[in-house]
Amino acid sequence: MEFSKSPAARVGLSIAVATGLYGVSFGALSVASGLDLLQTMALSLLLFSGGSQFAFIGVVGGGGSGAAAMSASGLLGIRNAVYGMQMNAMLRPRRWRRFAAAQVTIDESTATATGQSDPLEQSRGFWVAGIGIYVLWNVFTLVGALLGNALGDPAQWGLDGAAVAAFLGLLWPRLKAREPAAIAVVCALVTLLAVPFVPPGVPILVAALVAGLLGWFSFGPSREGLEPDVEPYPSEGRP
Amino acid sequence: MNLWIWILVACLLSYLTKLAGYLVPARLMENPRMTRVAGTLTIGLLASLTAVNTFSSGQALVVDARLAALLAAAVALWLRAPFLVVVLAGAAAAALARFLGAA
Repeated sequence: MEFSKSPAARVGLSIAVATGLYGVSFGALSVASGLDLLQTMALSLLLFSGGSQFAFIGVVGGGGSGAAAMSASGLLGIRNAVYGMQMNAMLRPRRWRRFAAAQVTIDESTATATGQSDPLEQSRGFWVAGIGIYVLWNVFTLVGALLGNALGDPAQWGLDGAAVAAFLGLLWPRLKAREPAAIAVVCALVTLLAVPFVPPGVPILVAALVAGLLGWFSFGPSREGLEPDVEPYPSEGRP
Repeated sequence: MNLWIWILVACLLSYLTKLAGYLVPARLMENPRMTRVAGTLTIGLLASLTAVNTFSSGQALVVDARLAALLAAAVALWLRAPFLVVVLAGAAAAALARFLGAA
């Protein structure tokens, strides 16, 4: 099939636009959290994993240490290793392509590839979504950071409220059943109970420990929590 | 300057995590528990970050304009609004609540 008629490439492009666009909110919130323009761009260019980037600035913005921010972002990125394993088995990239594929292995590129059944389409979906999101996410991060710098006082524009909405927006697609919702409620409560007793940033790591233990000792659907923020195949449902 | 170090460590960690999926033999990493923990960690951390960003101010718990943002975002998500609209709804609700006198 020609590339221009590839359904996977089309899905990959539309997911790239939808996901890339919300790089604006990351850029604006990052400078509002106290990171400068270069630090914000370093996260989008090098770290490149939406949830982890939001986690990093969320901890820093709340007064947490750099070490706590790094830990929260690292723990939130563990699912990318699972995606990497799946993509390695599915696409079998060779030599330098492995190293390039690793950088663009995120929720959306993985979901776009796994939604296809033909090997060529799987590969097209992964690369078009991955590279497309990478380019647009960085362009819109820059736009957001410049916008955030121009806005001035973050609280006046409700940017702290935007951060709250962003985290709820990242969480929401993962709460499709009662059980993940219960995990979310438990972890939110644990966090709030810990806030008065430990330094800022640490309550999030306490919640991560609880979440890890719940995952280790309980049974549930293995794909739970691994839903993409933006669903590439909304009408068809996940395979 | 100190923050730069943690940013770069976080970036390196992120890349190595992704790369591990490609380079570490699948039989060493592939087990249902690892997948399950990766999932519950994601849910737990995002829930925790939502709670902290809504109710904490340093080491104090407070109810302020950010609660309006949380509720507005929930309504937007319920109505299946796209991510960016959800974020804007949160910002607008917090700004409005503050304009109306909330802390």
